[in-house]
Amino acid sequence: MKNATKGTRYNMVTYAMVTAVFLVMQGLLLAGKVSNSLAGQLIPICVYVCMAISLNLVVGILGDLSLGHAGFMSVGAFTGVVVSMSLTFLPPLVRLLLAIAVGGAMAGVAGVIVGVPVLRLQGDYLAIVTLAFGEIIKNLLNNLYVGVDKKGLHFSMKDAQALRLKDGTILINGPMGAPGIDKLSTFVVGFLLVLVVLTVTLNLIHSRTGRAIMAIRDNRIAAESVGINVTKYKLMAFVTSAALAGMSGALYALNYSSILPKKFDFNTSILVLVFVVLGGMGNIRGSIIAATVLTILPEALRGLNDYRMLIYAVVLILVMLATNNPILMNNLTLLKKKLRGKGKGGASHG
Amino acid sequence: MAKRKSTTKMVPVPSDSIVPERDLGRAPVLETKHLGIDFGGLTAVDDFNLTVGATEIAGLIGPNGAGKTTVFNLLTKVYEPTRGAILINGQETAGMNTVQVNKAGVARTFQNIRLFNDLTVEDNVKIGLHNQVKCGTLTSILRLPSFWKKERLARERALELLSIFDMQDMASHQAGSLPYGAQRRLEIVRALATNPSLLLLDEPAAGMNPVETAELMDTITYIRDKFQIAILLIEHDMNLVMGICEGIAVLNYGRIIAKGTPDEIQNNPQVIEAYLGKQD
Amino acid sequence: MMNLLLNLINGISLGSVYAIIALGYTMVYGIAKMLNFAHGDVIMVGAYICYCAMSYLHLPPVVGVVMAMGVCTLLGMTIERLAYKPLRSAPSLAVLITAIGVSYFLQNSALLIWKSDPKVFTSVVGLPPITLFGGELIISSVTVVTVLANIVIMLALTTFTGKTKMGKSMRAVSEDKGAAQLMGIDVNKTISMTFAIGSGLAAIAGVLLCSAYPTLMPTTGSMPGIKAFTAAVLGGIGSIPGAMLGGVLLGIIEIFAKAYISTQLSDAIVFAVLIIVLLIRPTGLLGKQIREKV
Repeated sequence: MKNATKGTRYNMVTYAMVTAVFLVMQGLLLAGKVSNSLAGQLIPICVYVCMAISLNLVVGILGDLSLGHAGFMSVGAFTGVVVSMSLTFLPPLVRLLLAIAVGGAMAGVAGVIVGVPVLRLQGDYLAIVTLAFGEIIKNLLNNLYVGVDKKGLHFSMKDAQALRLKDGTILINGPMGAPGIDKLSTFVVGFLLVLVVLTVTLNLIHSRTGRAIMAIRDNRIAAESVGINVTKYKLMAFVTSAALAGMSGALYALNYSSILPKKFDFNTSILVLVFVVLGGMGNIRGSIIAATVLTILPEALRGLNDYRMLIYAVVLILVMLATNNPILMNNLTLLKKKLRGKGKGGASHG
Repeated sequence: MAKRKSTTKMVPVPSDSIVPERDLGRAPVLETKHLGIDFGGLTAVDDFNLTVGATEIAGLIGPNGAGKTTVFNLLTKVYEPTRGAILINGQETAGMNTVQVNKAGVARTFQNIRLFNDLTVEDNVKIGLHNQVKCGTLTSILRLPSFWKKERLARERALELLSIFDMQDMASHQAGSLPYGAQRRLEIVRALATNPSLLLLDEPAAGMNPVETAELMDTITYIRDKFQIAILLIEHDMNLVMGICEGIAVLNYGRIIAKGTPDEIQNNPQVIEAYLGKQD
Repeated sequence: MMNLLLNLINGISLGSVYAIIALGYTMVYGIAKMLNFAHGDVIMVGAYICYCAMSYLHLPPVVGVVMAMGVCTLLGMTIERLAYKPLRSAPSLAVLITAIGVSYFLQNSALLIWKSDPKVFTSVVGLPPITLFGGELIISSVTVVTVLANIVIMLALTTFTGKTKMGKSMRAVSEDKGAAQLMGIDVNKTISMTFAIGSGLAAIAGVLLCSAYPTLMPTTGSMPGIKAFTAAVLGGIGSIPGAMLGGVLLGIIEIFAKAYISTQLSDAIVFAVLIIVLLIRPTGLLGKQIREKV
């Protein structure tokens, strides 16, 4: 491409940033210089980065508040478990990739089912219905029993006995979740998933489809007046976001030996929303940074034991108060300008 | 710019035309028949009959609250009419929504400007080109070669359209940060990008100074001549209306009280009464 | 038949708790246009205060309830003053995230103070259950008190918003903040007052909730909070009678779903009803339909 615009250059920097961090971490891992607790965080970080990017597509780019994103994550997670555990004869990497792909597809289907009714509503009403769907998905998964034997997969919404397994294994056991998962997820695949999610999202945003989606966000009535089918593009953004969340969910589930439906509740949806808002609405790079920092932060505060979540809460409130304080933000911009002006002459600050 | 398939058959001059003696050449772009809408018990527009010829510049005037913008909202199906019919290029629009009416050839601007404020000027126009330069979502995500071709085409078209108002240098500015007059002009460009056969302008000169208004008058005529489209505008600036409109309809309390050439309207006692009140 | 009646009464009782919580959500939403996600946790604080007063200080239940109300009222006003007031002109999402921060703060403070082990809450209503139809129908006294409390609160609030100066100011501010200010209404004071009332009611709801379902934990307020929020939306958020209607309906639906369909799926059913109602009436049962001006 001859004339790379400002936007594409910005995106290139984002890709470079992500890749650089991955390479450094991978290098440190090989050198054995990474602490156990951080090493254990690497895959969750990838997952939450993907979750934040995908939610930003709905909240920041489409402009609709979603409070049930964890629902799609859980659909992907449990689908991924079923896929990977019923195809044990395949090599691990293939099982993992298939789990991610099918998990994403199933979450996409869930996205259509949820999106068609939800997207007819607006504002806070839309938000509460996404919350409701998130709770419904969690509730249904809490009552889902899946087992596998020689005859294939068995499903039930009643209990494990109803599966009538003939010396097979229970894959999903209602409220007890998935009890025996093979830990297939790897940091490399996690990084690749981040790249895929990032590419899909950025390419979508910077295209005719993305412009239509942002037009709906900025002014729905004007968007309709220039011939944009609002329902179609809202649904497209919503379903893409759901599918990407499903892929992250599969990666997440296959990082643990067991997983509960309870994990994907309202609080998880909110956690991801916090990443998006703190990173900046519609700012994909911001989502990546916020998800990374805020996933590490509670772990880093582990030394403070019981106080860490309290500190997290206080930090969250203070950041929101500070970033929304017009006087403070004005002064900060002025200060930045001043520093930059001085920096030209001599040593630069910071 | 590619021209819409025009319906070039000769038709008898319609009886509802504002200026009956004007030879329209082809089928009228817009025809409304006994159009009306009620909000609750209130009749906002009633028995609205109007025909706009293929390359006509027509004006819709009337006191505040007469129902002018409501007429635009009916024509673009923001509101569904309670009664009557709207024909666009001879095509009945019953059952169509805003998007379909736009595809049928109607584009508009808004009284309270509705731009995509967070996006650039160029993106605003490209969004107007949504149905003109198409590129599939999958093609875009995979960045196939045809994506780049389409993007280049959209950019060229957008800049070409912006040049009508000499705005191509502002292409990378954020739409919401433009000065008021430029925002109004950008809305017109965005509407034009949808390749309409009828352009509805809702108070295009509002907030402009006399110099800007004079420029706008030239530009509106230029747009009509260049794109060979019809323009129906709502405006309070009588210099503009009388200066460029070939036909004018006057609306009061939701009904048309007069139709005619600028001269006829200026001397119509009913119009004077509607604007100034009854003279003793 | 008796079973049906009993379920209905239990449903109305649970619904009354939801309704009292929903009032707090709906009043705050109406006046400050914000979803106060910390409201559910104020319930939990109220219940803990009452628990402490009764178990540690051995005070009579009535004093416990009054103390809980006092603390929660102050808490509500403090939260509003410190966390929400500086964000009056901020985007609604920023306020929402702050509210979530406050919610985390309250839950984790409770965790530090009262620890995570569940406390067994003694009912504040010490009366014996009511026996009807010669022992065929036994209704616990808490159930009756809850329903009565709901009715009293409903009547009091209707009178308050309709008759008193402060109540009228609240309605004015929720209608149009700017115009109310120009009419000489102290908007800040009115909003603060709304939080005070909502939080005081939350304390009552917390005590009644824990009297009926006696397990008290730092997360006790979360789910009832979400359900009550759902109830407020179901009834039409911003509408006081809507919150009442939504709350009671939600309670009945939940108890009936548990009794006749499936205990495990009752939450899913409750939320499904909300979705269906919103699809038919996009602004809730008693909410105002708004049309965007073009």
